[in-house]
Amino acid sequence: MTIEIARHWRLKSQRYGLVGEECPVCGGKIFPPRDVCPHCAEEAGPAYQFSGKGEVYSHTTIFNAPEGFEDQVPYTVALVKLEEGPMITAQLTDVDTDDVEIGMPVEMVTRKLSQQGDEGLIVYGYKFRPQLATAA
Amino acid sequence: MRDVSIIGIGQTPVGEHWDTGLRQLAYHALRDAMIDAGVERVDALYVGNMLSGEISAQAHLGALIADFAGMRGIEAVKIEAACASGAAAVRQGLIGVASGMQDVVAVVGVEKMTDNIGSKVTAGLAEAADADYETVHGISFVGLNALVMRRYMYEYGLKHEDFAAFSVNAHANGAKNPNAMFRSPITEKTFLNAGMVADPISLFDASPMCDGAAAVILCPTELAKQFTDNSVRIAASTIATDSVAIHDRKNPIWLQAAEDSARQAYKLSGYKPEDMDFFELHDAFTIMSALSLEACGFAEPGQGTRLAKEGEITLGGKIPISTMGGLKSRGHPVGATGVYQIVESVLQLRGDAGENQIPNARVGMAQNIGGSGATIVTHILERNE
Ligand SMILES: [Zn+2]
Repeated sequence: MTIEIARHWRLKSQRYGLVGEECPVCGGKIFPPRDVCPHCAEEAGPAYQFSGKGEVYSHTTIFNAPEGFEDQVPYTVALVKLEEGPMITAQLTDVDTDDVEIGMPVEMVTRKLSQQGDEGLIVYGYKFRPQLATAA
Repeated sequence: MRDVSIIGIGQTPVGEHWDTGLRQLAYHALRDAMIDAGVERVDALYVGNMLSGEISAQAHLGALIADFAGMRGIEAVKIEAACASGAAAVRQGLIGVASGMQDVVAVVGVEKMTDNIGSKVTAGLAEAADADYETVHGISFVGLNALVMRRYMYEYGLKHEDFAAFSVNAHANGAKNPNAMFRSPITEKTFLNAGMVADPISLFDASPMCDGAAAVILCPTELAKQFTDNSVRIAASTIATDSVAIHDRKNPIWLQAAEDSARQAYKLSGYKPEDMDFFELHDAFTIMSALSLEACGFAEPGQGTRLAKEGEITLGGKIPISTMGGLKSRGHPVGATGVYQIVESVLQLRGDAGENQIPNARVGMAQNIGGSGATIVTHILERNE
């Protein structure tokens, strides 16, 4: 369990804040952060704060959940294309499954991802919800 | 480098083997392959397996199975590459023989999935994906394939029913394979009425959880004649990789590692897609069949389902696939699947495929996919004349 806590704690700035990287060589925006830029294979660079806005590239509804997610069924998981370029996998929240569409604008929120048993470790991180209509 | 051939094959029926454990399954397939080859000892054993640690709390399969099979003392290791473990193990065996370090090598793929509860197995399968960036969000392995399938349908304007022909073909062929898990043909209607697992993937798009083991014996081609008259030559063996996470791929609806490994296999063997008498592809999900046909040059991008609908993937078609039922109907005992594909290819090339025989099959391809496409192993096999 201790090891599990360290594992999630280590990733907290990206999980809670969507902090990635910007490559100093090719300028590519990188999420999740890595040690090597996936575009140009140079060493990846300084932290970059993503806006948290993007659109749904694809989505699915999970009925048979892996261990640790059984109590959330059914839930929607999507591939979200961030406006800065990278794509990430995340759950959608605050939306009816039937209303989810490819191309739908979404924004990041921080929520509980999973809990291991009644008193177990709670993992928090990014989910996405439909973008709230902004006043022009 | 030495040329390598397959001189023996063995397989257990695929299914729920409640009274047979992991080591027995592996031994049964190994024993049959060694009898088939007429060899009494081998120089090394390579074990293809993914989930023994997660499901059976058992690692260290190389030594375990070598000992259980009466070969205590020999070199033996497990090879793991998610669902591509089986074919990756075959390639390791080939490297051992080709290099000259070993003469006769056994490869066994084995998976025992029914020794644990469903959610535990589902979580184990999800380990093929990226734990920190995919699995942590509750996505199952089926769910990952569903994400790919929905986008593919969206881009090419397809409906769920467009994938039916893959499932119908697999079950038609599996019905005539005595080792298949599902032995009943299905209709398009059965396919359309199946329950949803992870939208848009329903029960008949997906392959079943099951137990099974398959084995092959390899030796240098120049020695094969000493053992058998119906050996099969490995004309090419290649592995390519891609990002583990689907979201990191340049194009999530294209199997780049399938294209890369197939392209290299064509180059090494001198064969082209149109030379293939069959293609044992990795139909873990119907979408994977479409993507594999496209990446390996049998269909244009987006045209995989059309090839299926036109009947070109059946035993009498232009490029028969899943000729013994595929992952869908024979079953998908994960780390064993890649070896089953090669065993079945050998049956076709020997002319021993029974009711599913493709007339005069001379050369064929088998392709085993790990995860949602991150490791892809391609083998081209041909009859030794
Ligand atoms: Zn770069």
